[in-house]
Amino acid sequence: MKDVKLPKRFGLFGGQFVPETLMNALIELEEKFIEAKEDESFQKNYQYYVKEYAGRPTSLYFAKNLTERLGGGKIYLKREDLNHTGAHKINNVIGQVLLAKRMGKKRIIAETGAGQHGVATATICAMFGLDCEVYMGEEDIQRQSLNVFKMKLLGAKVNSVTSGTATLKDATNEAIRDWVTHVDDTFYVIGSVVGPHPYPTMVRDFQRIIGDEVKEQILEKEGRHPDYLIACVGGGSNAMGLFYPFKEEVGINIIGVEASGKGVDTEEHAATIAKGSIGVLHGMMTYLLQNENGQILPVYSISAGLDYPGIGPEHAYFYASGRASYVSITDDEALEAFRFLTVTEGIIPALESAHAIGYLMKLAPTTGKEEIIVVNLSGRGDKDIDTVLKYLGRNENEKQD
Amino acid sequence: MKSRIERKFEVLKSRQEKALIPYITCGDPDLETTVSLVLALEKAGADIIELGIPYSDPLADGPVIQRASQRALKNPITIDAVFDMVEELRKQTMVPLVFLVYYNSVFRYGTERFLKNCSESGMDGLIIPDLPLEERRELYEQMKAYPIDLIPMAAPTSEERIQEIVQVGSGFVYCISSKGVTGKRVTFEDSLAHFMTQVKKYASIPTAIGFGISSQEAVTKLKGLSDGLIVGSSIIEKIEEGILAGDIEGKVFDFVRGLHQAIE
Repeated sequence: MKDVKLPKRFGLFGGQFVPETLMNALIELEEKFIEAKEDESFQKNYQYYVKEYAGRPTSLYFAKNLTERLGGGKIYLKREDLNHTGAHKINNVIGQVLLAKRMGKKRIIAETGAGQHGVATATICAMFGLDCEVYMGEEDIQRQSLNVFKMKLLGAKVNSVTSGTATLKDATNEAIRDWVTHVDDTFYVIGSVVGPHPYPTMVRDFQRIIGDEVKEQILEKEGRHPDYLIACVGGGSNAMGLFYPFKEEVGINIIGVEASGKGVDTEEHAATIAKGSIGVLHGMMTYLLQNENGQILPVYSISAGLDYPGIGPEHAYFYASGRASYVSITDDEALEAFRFLTVTEGIIPALESAHAIGYLMKLAPTTGKEEIIVVNLSGRGDKDIDTVLKYLGRNENEKQD
Repeated sequence: MKSRIERKFEVLKSRQEKALIPYITCGDPDLETTVSLVLALEKAGADIIELGIPYSDPLADGPVIQRASQRALKNPITIDAVFDMVEELRKQTMVPLVFLVYYNSVFRYGTERFLKNCSESGMDGLIIPDLPLEERRELYEQMKAYPIDLIPMAAPTSEERIQEIVQVGSGFVYCISSKGVTGKRVTFEDSLAHFMTQVKKYASIPTAIGFGISSQEAVTKLKGLSDGLIVGSSIIEKIEEGILAGDIEGKVFDFVRGLHQAIE
């Protein structure tokens, strides 16, 4: 057996629960990732593309209006929505595709929920001239037709997944099945801090640039660390990207915001930490929404990117160890936040990010004026306009009835 | 004491025969049918029978076995009901039975409770397709207290891992014929013979090849490479034909009878 160089588990969570056929591929991936991490030219390349191509560093914007309206601590928004392709997802894709190129892989596959990771992957593959196939649940294809069209324009093949609940969970299953079949020439670009080791660690390391930048930016603006970090959590990559560089700092409240859909007491939510139990899915041990027989339950959120029955294993560890707390925000609260941010700051957030804003609206009024809150605005809302129109339209109609 | 699986392979070996190991999913389309199918499979010449526990996210399975899981899960099938069915079966047959079960089903049910119920109901082995060597050791130690085999899986991509894989397990080595998920293969790569040579070099237990074996021709072609052959998806397709024709046991019996003739 080869030496293990990175920890496979975060406490109890994580691991490599995959078919044997993939094990050597994961071992090779871990080795190449470690090599790349230690290779200055790889790091330079990564920095070059996130800067020149994606537009980093993203700004840490002092949301003056939001701060005044909510009447508590100073609110800063980490503007990941300003990245090329509209979300934080591209940070990770640049890292993984550079690694794929380094490993000589010619074919890239990815899963996507809201389509943001799919678009980011299709974009980077277009730039590097690599074949790209994206797995997407049929249900999500309906909800996110704009992103589907973008991926196709970018030259990617979008495979509609009809198995199971036809959402992100099933798209991930299908991508893993593709990888088992084409493991020799294919690189699987996972879009969040989920999956078998080394993915959760690798994706975190490609996303930690968010938190690393915030650390510098907030020191420059405020001369100290923030008191609160808030980010939405589906799989949890934007959140882990923000949280991880701060995990050793004492006195910082780290808060992940899950989607509770129509409410945690209904059957239609995606609040994995609030209502889940420990199990194994997509190669990792973590908290899952499942029944007593271990069948994974259908999940629901208005936001396709948070509509996932699991959570990254490092988040599970942060929760179990008490390093971070996890709260949840309903569809209605997220939509309210979507509108509020739009009219207050002129920023239209992704519905995923609107969940983080939704919790901010509850938290900020309870904080002191001298306190500092950083919210990760993980993506912009262009892709969600149809969904919001439909939802608000329906509510208007209901009112008229 | 030797397990029922080991004894079965010994008997077959003494007769210079190979094991035919058909797969069906419990509860596809219902548990009563599963009982009668197991009996039909045995009558048709099955030596060991693999029973899948239906799971919402079977990531090692292709579309055919996924459909079987989905049909089974249309009824609110529980793991307790599967154990009850095995108890019922044990009143009628002593054919070796192994579960094909995804790890989450075992873990969530409670590993100790799962193993205890396996041994009390009369199961002989477990195949867990998403529990590779690294994650299997703990369970393997735990299972030594039970008369149940933990069947190790090796793949053509395992290479230098094979030596250790075959040591952490018992019963037989489940050799995955080729890359990919379960389901029909039109051809098998020539490298399969080399892979089987590697497995046999290190394994002190019998070997069986699975994934993609779907016809008498494939059985005839591959039977020389291992001590047994596992057939899954194509049997599920017979169940589907049988559902339409109103004769599941008959369709499956005829097909497996044919496979048995090919393996003899």
